[in-house]
Amino acid sequence: MARKLLILLAALFLGIVVVLPVIAIFHRAFAEGWGTYVASITDPETVSAMRLTVIATLFVLPVNLVFGVAAAWLIARYRFFGRRALLVLIELPFAVSPIVAGLCFLLIYGAYGPVGAALEGWNIQLMFNLTGIVLVSLFVTCPFVMREVLPVLMVSGEDEEKAALTLGASGWSIFRHVVLPNISWGLAYGTVLTMARAMGEFGAVSVVSGAIRGETMTLPLQIELLYNDYNATGAFAAATVLAGLALVTLALRGVLDRFGPKRRAHT
Amino acid sequence: MSFEAHDIHKSYEGTEVLKGVSLSVGKGEFIALLGPSGSGKTTLLNIIAGLAHADRGRLEFDGEDITRLPSGARHFGMVFQNYALFRHLTVAQNVGFGLKVMKNGPGRAEIARRVEELLEMIELPGLAHRYPAQLSGGQRQRVAMARALAIRPRLLLMDEPFSALDAQVRVSLRSSVRDLQRKAGVGAIMVTHDQSEARALADRIAVMDHGRIVKFDTPEAIGDQPLGEPAVAGS
Amino acid sequence: MLAMKRTAPHILPGFSLSLGITLLFLCLIVLLPISGLLWQLGQLGPGDFIRVMGSERVLAALRVTFTAAAAATLVNGVFGLLLAWVLTRYRFPGRNVLDALVDLPFALPTAVAGIALVALYDRSGWVGSLLDSVGIQVAYTWWGIVIAMIFTSIPFAVRAIQPAIEELDPDEEAAALTLGANSWQRFRHVILRPLMPSILTGVGLSFVRSLGEFGAVIFIAGNLPYKTEIASLLILIRLDEFDYPAAAAIAGTLLGVSLLLLVAINVAQTRLQSYLRTGG
Ligand SMILES: Nc1ncnc2c1ncn2[C@@H]1O[C@H](COP(=O)(O)OP(=O)(O)OP(=O)(O)O)[C@@H](O)[C@H]1O
Ligand SMILES: [Mg+2]
Repeated sequence: MARKLLILLAALFLGIVVVLPVIAIFHRAFAEGWGTYVASITDPETVSAMRLTVIATLFVLPVNLVFGVAAAWLIARYRFFGRRALLVLIELPFAVSPIVAGLCFLLIYGAYGPVGAALEGWNIQLMFNLTGIVLVSLFVTCPFVMREVLPVLMVSGEDEEKAALTLGASGWSIFRHVVLPNISWGLAYGTVLTMARAMGEFGAVSVVSGAIRGETMTLPLQIELLYNDYNATGAFAAATVLAGLALVTLALRGVLDRFGPKRRAHT
Repeated sequence: MSFEAHDIHKSYEGTEVLKGVSLSVGKGEFIALLGPSGSGKTTLLNIIAGLAHADRGRLEFDGEDITRLPSGARHFGMVFQNYALFRHLTVAQNVGFGLKVMKNGPGRAEIARRVEELLEMIELPGLAHRYPAQLSGGQRQRVAMARALAIRPRLLLMDEPFSALDAQVRVSLRSSVRDLQRKAGVGAIMVTHDQSEARALADRIAVMDHGRIVKFDTPEAIGDQPLGEPAVAGS
Repeated sequence: MLAMKRTAPHILPGFSLSLGITLLFLCLIVLLPISGLLWQLGQLGPGDFIRVMGSERVLAALRVTFTAAAAATLVNGVFGLLLAWVLTRYRFPGRNVLDALVDLPFALPTAVAGIALVALYDRSGWVGSLLDSVGIQVAYTWWGIVIAMIFTSIPFAVRAIQPAIEELDPDEEAAALTLGANSWQRFRHVILRPLMPSILTGVGLSFVRSLGEFGAVIFIAGNLPYKTEIASLLILIRLDEFDYPAAAAIAGTLLGVSLLLLVAINVAQTRLQSYLRTGG
């Protein structure tokens, strides 16, 4: 009896607080019919925002993968002074809220920041363009890949790598044939998480993008713009793309959880 | 003499684990390294294989100083206690790994031929496409052996190669390991806890205790005298 | 900060390469930007800092942010425990779906969550219209901010508590039952007490997340200065006015509080765990 009540209460809470808002997005997006919806998501500005979001993510992903694997390898396989400090530093971005993160980048790489001012002399501008968006996206996604790969490396141990070493394998061969297959599931998780976050980041990007219409608008920024322009249908239509992506991410994680090797319950 | 270790010292965080170990292996000779748990056998083997650095001491092969030679360049075959097979590669790929990553190594066809030959030798020709997880303990042990022999090593190192197997399989594998080593004509060092195993297989037995070699002689010369402390069970 | 203590080269290859990549990335992406904020704060004298932070509007924004985060955290503590309990202890049809849905706020971009919440809670929305008929307004008020913060931080609470419930010993509960403890006593002593460290973590993480939340909040907040303006938005407003020192002062305060809280959670958790282990 108590059991049924608790389950019902939990489901009700999650339904109202979490699920209903997502349903509301789709409801609003299709409120004026299919035709309006299609027109909204094929609007040139929205399409160009999607394109920019994808491009930025394509820059973020490989950089984060390389960093995440290198950092995980470093921390899993070597003992050196400063190792724990390094781990804390990698996790630090999780503690920094989006607006504060964006501000940090502006204060150092912006025109008034020490590094930005120096680069200005070379005619290099890092903020208010694609570079700025990529940089802050790297910041907010910093620990995602490392966090997934590190436990896999810890669990799998270094015996296989040592065996490869005695067989005369080079560092690259060991990585390619022994390490990479072992961490592939962790990499898949990390990629999914990084991608979802990079495409959806709003606060940090809104500080550094400059929000130039049709130029430096990512999809989340475009949603805000449309919404503030009283084009609610357009905003909700664009939002369905990101909401769909979030649902796909969840489904993918479910699939990886079911078919991949067992991993920690908590991300 | 083909392999020699001189006065090897090694400390971990201030505790001396190896206190001046010297050891030699002649051509084709089979050495058993015996000793209680924690006496430093694995540490010594790892140093010989190039998987750990000695603090002091010298390693030689045929008169050449190999102390600073990277592990892969030593051409020593190693059989790990837990076998350390590559879990994402098939049996055939495991055995052929050393040939595949060899600089200017044999071509694909030659690798396939040698792998097949080795699988015949360890009597597992039908299992070429299995993964390590699908093998029994004894089969894994033989694959690890074949993988180490594939690179035609100058010295074979085995860290308790039978410890994960039950008694029956142990005895039957013993002689096959000795056979394989004889056929390959290669010197070998095998770490073991088992005195009868050491007496049955070895040309010479080295007994380690607290980081020192306390006896190093033929089984006959050692005779029936007890070999140091009894090994601690269940280590 | 990083110096090699050992002189012997590492056996496994790739130490220098992975150290180089890691340090380069961390310097450019994490250290330099954070030091940018510190540098700007350094430009600001203590007098300026107090003047900025003491202004009526900043204080109001901080009050709104902290009270809303506290309220949201309270709700998340209770319902986080409930959800974690139901998801780990009970098997029922749809449990997997429910479990996956907990992560939805993690996955949903904050701006999308923001407009979704308005759509639901404003006067024409499904929930908003119901509440409106009984005279309650959520959208564009302090309550809206709380709702948004609950949404984005509920997963933190649930996921922190879940593993601890898995480790609870069902035998102990059964023992308490046979000893005739009534259910409230049983709940307090056999369940709540050992779960305290993880509840604290979940609640703490959820509070820190709520303090910094931006995207989900600003759409539903109304953003009236002194009333429904959160600290993050005020930073953005100061930025638009090119008042970098003021923006940095507020951001530095937020960041400082977040870091302090995280450290405090860590310390408290270790203490609490050893206290529980020694059976104190
Ligand atoms: N990486 C390490 N760090 C610190 N101490 C170590 C390390 N490796 C080994 N030791 C210590 O060195 C000593 C010798 O260890 P070793 O593994 O060589 O013993 P062993 O003779 O192989 O024992 P066993 O028969 O149990 O395998 C032990 O006291 C062990 O604790
Ligand atoms: Mg050992």
